Parts: sequence; C-alpha cells; structure tokens
Amino acid sequence: MYIKEKIYRWIFTVLAFSSFVFLVGIIIVLFRESLPLFQKVRLFDFLLGRFWYPTYDPPEFGILPLILASVWVTCGALCVCVPLGIGSALFLNELATPGQRAVLKPLIEILASIPSIVYGFFGMVVLAPFLQQLLHIPVGLCAFSASLILGIMAVPTVCSIAEDALSYVPRSFREASFAVGANRWQTLTKVVIPAAGSGISTAIILGISRAIGETMTVLMVAGGAAVIPTSFFMPVRPMTAAIAAEMGEAPMGGLHYRALFSIALILFLITFLFNIIAELVSRRFRLKLGLAQ
Amino acid sequence: MDEAIKMKAENVNFFYGKTQALKDVSLDIHAHSVTAIIGPSGCGKSTFIRLLNRMNDLIPHAQLIGRVYLDCQDVFSHAADPVELRRRVGMVFQKPNPFPKSIFENIAYGLHVNNIKDKDFVETRVIESLKKAALWEEVRHRLHESALKLSGGQQQRLCIARCLAVSPEVILFDEPCASLDPISTAKIEELILELKKEYTIVIVTHNMQQAARVADYTAFFLLGELIEFNKTQELFTAPKDKRTEAYITGRFG
Ligand SMILES: Nc1ncnc2c1ncn2[C@@H]1O[C@H](COP(=O)(O)OP(=O)(O)OP(=O)(O)O)[C@@H](O)[C@H]1O
Ligand SMILES: [Mg+2]
Repeated sequence: MYIKEKIYRWIFTVLAFSSFVFLVGIIIVLFRESLPLFQKVRLFDFLLGRFWYPTYDPPEFGILPLILASVWVTCGALCVCVPLGIGSALFLNELATPGQRAVLKPLIEILASIPSIVYGFFGMVVLAPFLQQLLHIPVGLCAFSASLILGIMAVPTVCSIAEDALSYVPRSFREASFAVGANRWQTLTKVVIPAAGSGISTAIILGISRAIGETMTVLMVAGGAAVIPTSFFMPVRPMTAAIAAEMGEAPMGGLHYRALFSIALILFLITFLFNIIAELVSRRFRLKLGLAQ
Repeated sequence: MDEAIKMKAENVNFFYGKTQALKDVSLDIHAHSVTAIIGPSGCGKSTFIRLLNRMNDLIPHAQLIGRVYLDCQDVFSHAADPVELRRRVGMVFQKPNPFPKSIFENIAYGLHVNNIKDKDFVETRVIESLKKAALWEEVRHRLHESALKLSGGQQQRLCIARCLAVSPEVILFDEPCASLDPISTAKIEELILELKKEYTIVIVTHNMQQAARVADYTAFFLLGELIEFNKTQELFTAPKDKRTEAYITGRFG
C-alpha cells in the first residue's frame, strides 16, 4: 500500500512537471534556431527595418511591417472584444434573469470552442466580400476584417474572465452601497466596476494575448501584404501569418528560416509578458478583495 | 423621551418563494429609542429588519403582504422610492463591509451618490460622522489610507460613520457585533446608546445581555412570528409568554 502511494505520487509529480519541461524545451529551441540570424542581421535592422523581402537577393529582414500589422489588427480586435466582452459580462452579472443567463453563458462559451479555421473561413467567404461591397473598399481581406473576426474570437475570453471578476465582488459591497441610498447604476459604476477593475484589466490583457497569438484566422483574412499599414482597409501581414505562410518554403537552417524563428521568439516574449502582467494584476485584485490567502 | 411611533409594521407576511419567513408581524418602533430583536437562528430577524429599508427588494421571487410605515407613510406604496427610503433608514451589517476605498471616500460615498458635491460640506460631514462614530481620534491622520487596513471593530465603526453621513432618521443594525471582540463590542454598544439621542435604532442581536444593556424595547421572534414585544425590562423580568421565558432563560434556541 505504502509503495503504491509512493508510485502514484511520483507519477503525478512527473506529469505535473512535464509542462515545465515543455516550456523550457520550447524556449531553448526558439533561441537556438533564431539567434544565429543576428550574426548576419543587426537586431536593430531586424526590428525596425521597413522592408520584409526574405526571398530577394540580397534579402531584407525588416519585420516592422509585420509588427505594425499585428499591432493594428490587435488594437482593432480590442475595439470589438472589449465592449462586447465586458458588456456581456455586465449584462450576465447585473441584469440577466436566470433564464437569460442559462442561455447566454453556454452560447458565449460555444464561441470559444469554434476552431479558428472556421472563423477564418467565415471571414473569407462571408465577411470580406460583404464588407467590400458595403464599404466600397478595394479588397475585403484587410486589417479591418481581420480585426472584426479576431475581436469576436476573443469575446469569450474577455467575457468569462470579466464575469468571474464581477461575480467575485462580494454581495456585501452592493448592499453597503444600496444601504446609503445609491441606485443600481451608481452601485455598478462606483462600487462594483472599480472593485472588479483589476480583474477586468486581466480580462482585457488576456484578450490581447489571445488576439496577438491567433494565426489561422489572420492568415486567411488579413490579406497578407507585408507593407507598413497606413489604413485599416489595407491588406496586412501580421507576425503569426508571416510565420505560418512562409515556414514551409523557407529552407531549413537558412537565414529566412532563422528570421521566422526570431519572429516567433518575439511573439513568445510579447505574449509571455502580457500573461505575466495579467497574473500580477489579478493577484492584486484578489488581494484587494481579500480573496488571496 | 419622545414616545412617537417612527416606524410601524402592520400584519406583515413575507415569503421567499413558497417558504413563509414572517407570519403576521405587527410591531411599532418608537422614535429615539433602541428596539432590539431577539430570537433563535432562522426565526426571521434579518428578514424583518431588511424589510424596514426594503433591502429585500433585491431578492428574486420574494413577496410581501402587509404594510410598513415610516412616519405614517407606506414605504411599499407605488409612489414610495426605495432609494429615498434607504437614505432615511440606514443599515449596518453583521460583517463590517467597507468599500475597498480610502476611509474618507468610504464616508463621502453616500454623499456623492446623493448628489452632494460641495467639497467643504462633504469634508465637514465626513469629520462630523467620524466623530459621532467615535472613530475620529483613531483615524484623523490616515483618512486617505485604505479602509481595509483598519481592524474589524474600527471597520464596523467606519460603517456606522458611513451610515451617519447621509443623516438617516432610523438606523438598522443586523448583529453589528457578531464578528467583534468584547472591547470593540463594548465600544459599539456605548455608541448605540449615544446615537439613540438623535436617531431611532433597531438592532438584531443574538446576545441577550446586549439586548438588555442597550435596548428600550425588545421583540422576541420565533419561527417567523412575533411572540412578545415589550419594554426591555419587563420582557426580561416578567415575560408574559412561556416561550419567551424559555428562550431568555436559555432553555432553548
Ligand atoms: N434569500 C433567501 N431565500 C430563501 N430563504 C431565505 C432567504 N433568506 C432567509 N431565508 C429563510 O428565511 C428564514 C428566516 O431567515 P432570516 O435570515 O431572517 O433569519 P434570522 O433570524 O436573521 O437568522 P440568523 O439569526 O441566523 O441570522 C430562514 O428559514 C431562512 O432559511
Ligand atoms: Mg440574520
């Protein structure tokens, strides 16, 4: 019996630490495959170079257009997922009847379970042609369409985390507010939302990292032109889309290949940073509400 | 002592869905006095005092039959505004519940939501309320620190100050000392005796000595019914009902 318990303990410890091993492995590979690039290309030229011509002779590896494309598309997506996600969270938490809740919550969760290729398909076949006609723009596959789709994809992330944050606000805060003669709206804006503030920020940050890391959809919908974006209605090529589109044709071990790995490394660092910020903010939130041990 | 009736419950029945929590309760609350409500757990004490400021409005599927009056006005009539009522009938809860804001903001909150914006007035009122709640000396140098840094007893007095700031006429206390140590409890009791000069007070308590110490009138509830209501001294020394006697002598509950 005693030995059996020890074995179980050991197995689960190994399983639990395996994700740590994967993380370290991924980081090592990212660095090993990307660092040799910087013997040939200066980091400065790589990050701020205006031209991404990896297959020209001589090639140019400036990823500024890709970074900016990611930034534009992500900001656009935020404009969609923040109002929609937080609005739905507020509705679910404050106004919805139990019946509405029972319908809406699973519906929003289903949004999260749709594979991204389906979103991409929808964007390509339905949304892009529709926007092209509606707005009279030259191409439907552009930063704008990608932002819309990415934004909708990030709604469940933002909504469910924001909703958790709102539901953690103790009932006693609301009661205290009502008891001094505050109305519902005042209670919501002056007590509940500020108390859930850092939780809501966490929701937004995780929404950002969801949008910035999404690949398949932007590959299909953003249009793919590696030029510095000057308008939301231009086709763009975000970082993830560049990696996915070009990895297959880049000769292994070549400069192009290493440049793509470097982009992946930068993406990894960005999302890593965002997740750390989200964790810190949400820890502060739990402390503030006295939920942390 | 002014013996006018400040609040009045008349044949109040209250239901949570199908379960009846109050059965035909009629009770007068005298102005400028302390009315204690005692009774075993689950007998409807909280339900009753939360009716007095319509805090139960927020509970779905709850239903009230009967009337509650404040200064002879029906507080549940269609014309009555619950927000206005709650400004006149304040409440202090069992667990201290300061907002995660500064001490100052906690007290100013009630003024802000009632559209009182004048800075000087708000400041004067905050200080005045803290003094009345016997907290001023302890916090005068840290008004802008988080209220959550205060001790439990201080937090409860802060909640009392927050309630006083909107100058209510009636203050409802639902077991205000349940989570406090004896010294903090003594402070709150002293405060209640002080406050009754200006306000009408209703206090729910599980502690019969507390009721005996602070209350002018005491009501004994059992299973949703008001069994006995009398001057505190008479209720404790010469209970008319067998069940009251059994409860106050500790034979059940
Ligand atoms: N929100 C609610 N929904 C349904 N039933 C409730 C609700 N609140 C209270 N009750 C029920 O109503 C009855 C009276 O509850 P109440 O909280 O008024 O008792 P109490 O006298 O304050 O008890 P305690 O001394 O434990 O605080 C209890 O049977 C309780 O289960
Ligand atoms: Mg109670």
